Amino acid sequence: MATATTTAEGGRGDALRVMFARNPVLGPTAALLVAIVFFSLATDTFANIDNFSFIVQQSIVVGTLALGQTLVILTSGIDLANAAIAVFGTLLMTRLVTGELPGPFALILSIVACAAVATLSGLLVSRIKLPPFIVTLGMLAVMTAVTNLYSKGTTWPVPDGLLTWLGTSLYLFGRVQFTLGMVVAAVLFAATWFVLAKTGWGRHVYAVGNEPEAARLTGIHIDRTLISVYAVAGIIYGFAAWMALGRTPTADPNAYQTGNLDSITAVVIGGTSLFGGRGGVVGTVVGALIVAVLRSGLTQMGIDSNYQNLATGVLVIAAVAFDQATRRRSR
Amino acid sequence: MSTRTAMLTARGLVKRYGHVTAINGADFDLYPGEVLAIVGDNGAGKSSLIKALTGALQPDAGTVELDGKPVRFHSPLDARNNGIETVYQTLAVAPALDITTNLFLGREIRRDGLLGKLRMLDRKAMRKEARNQLDALGIATIQDITQPVESLSGGQRQAVAVARAAMFGSKVVIMDEPTAALGVRETAHVLELIKRISNRGLPVVLISHDMPAVFEVSDRIHVHRLGRRAGVVNPQKVSMSDVVSFITGAEEIPVEALEE
Repeated sequence: MATATTTAEGGRGDALRVMFARNPVLGPTAALLVAIVFFSLATDTFANIDNFSFIVQQSIVVGTLALGQTLVILTSGIDLANAAIAVFGTLLMTRLVTGELPGPFALILSIVACAAVATLSGLLVSRIKLPPFIVTLGMLAVMTAVTNLYSKGTTWPVPDGLLTWLGTSLYLFGRVQFTLGMVVAAVLFAATWFVLAKTGWGRHVYAVGNEPEAARLTGIHIDRTLISVYAVAGIIYGFAAWMALGRTPTADPNAYQTGNLDSITAVVIGGTSLFGGRGGVVGTVVGALIVAVLRSGLTQMGIDSNYQNLATGVLVIAAVAFDQATRRRSR
Repeated sequence: MSTRTAMLTARGLVKRYGHVTAINGADFDLYPGEVLAIVGDNGAGKSSLIKALTGALQPDAGTVELDGKPVRFHSPLDARNNGIETVYQTLAVAPALDITTNLFLGREIRRDGLLGKLRMLDRKAMRKEARNQLDALGIATIQDITQPVESLSGGQRQAVAVARAAMFGSKVVIMDEPTAALGVRETAHVLELIKRISNRGLPVVLISHDMPAVFEVSDRIHVHRLGRRAGVVNPQKVSMSDVVSFITGAEEIPVEALEE
């Protein structure tokens, strides 16, 4: 306070640290660019517009699961049941449509069902104050069992129609392929970004995750905020289910078994803190792309998929270590 | 003194937890525009008294009046909506969020028109208001109001919490140990803030163990002992060591030192 500095920090290393701490997307974005440049140089096939389009198509389902996961992690929670809820959604949609229900009704009902299941997690976390890890671990087991009982362990074909519509390919400039699923994912990400960054609700989500006691004392309803976060995440998982059917037109009870962990990986690599209150959806886009780029690039270099998992694992740990290092001084 | 009417009063407050009596028939009076210090030993029940006044705790017996009207606050939010702001010892700020966001947390300003209907925040208006508030309180050491609170020093964080209370408190500002974690220079800044706020006509209740601070800013000192008000003294008529004796009960408060 004696000097004219406006912050408690000083020095060049600290200035860098502050920059990264205040812009958590910076590190992941740099990593993504480095990976893209590296694979473009290392292989002949990587730097290709069709390949890029394919990478994005491949990451939208897990990316959308990660979008819902981002909201939950921002409240310093975690959702282990997100992929199980989405898989349940794919089966429910399919069953309703084959049961002669019009597509839009089947879709909306299923998304509402996904939201209801996630809201139940939210209720248990906020009202009964159970740890999110335990609640959603239980939900994961319950939803996996429900899905298997419901489907009797078999996969169901999905009739063409609204449910597979997101798989429709379009061509930008008659050349660049993209799917309607990518468009819907982009809209969801943009909408979530807007509410998190530009509305009071978004500020409250961050405050509840960062310092719940402060949030409570300033009059924020923590319970309501938490429940609404899980509900919105559930709606997003419902959309992820729809996108999944657009990619593969079969409802498979055994699909996306690692979707929960993959979504957490994307969120963490994207710079969102597991301790809550820091990060956001832009980081999650980057995080999901980093994982997809890494897998695609390493595959094209002819590297065993076990090494891809290994690389992803190292990246997760590195991301969390980086997160802590940039915050050490400011805590 | 006797012609003034108190704006916040309490009579005969009682709060028991099992066989422990936290508040034992406590009285309280706060006059317009004054700085009232509350002093007392640890466990004397200062915090319980404040909690009973601000709705954080429901007394078993006794009455609270604000501006002559009986009130019963069911939560701190309830008291806050009636113009009573509290600066907690923990400050109640979210370190990862920026200064402006913290100042308006839970009371954000929305845009006008359609964007407001979409719940969009008016960031510009909030920044402007935040800047005005910090300037009005003479908090010159904070230049960048977009920086996260965690990048501030302890005194600056305290200043943010105080600025928030002053911004929204229309009746009373209560501060719980605002100087406890601060160095000499930062303490001086916070005391300066307290004076500025009371100069605006807003009364301040200062709970503190810091005797020099209490003697520097307070108009009256409420001595709390064994769950009740032992007396209110004028800092001009007693010494710091006298007050310490009153707190511990080593000495009874002489009649000539009592206010009212």
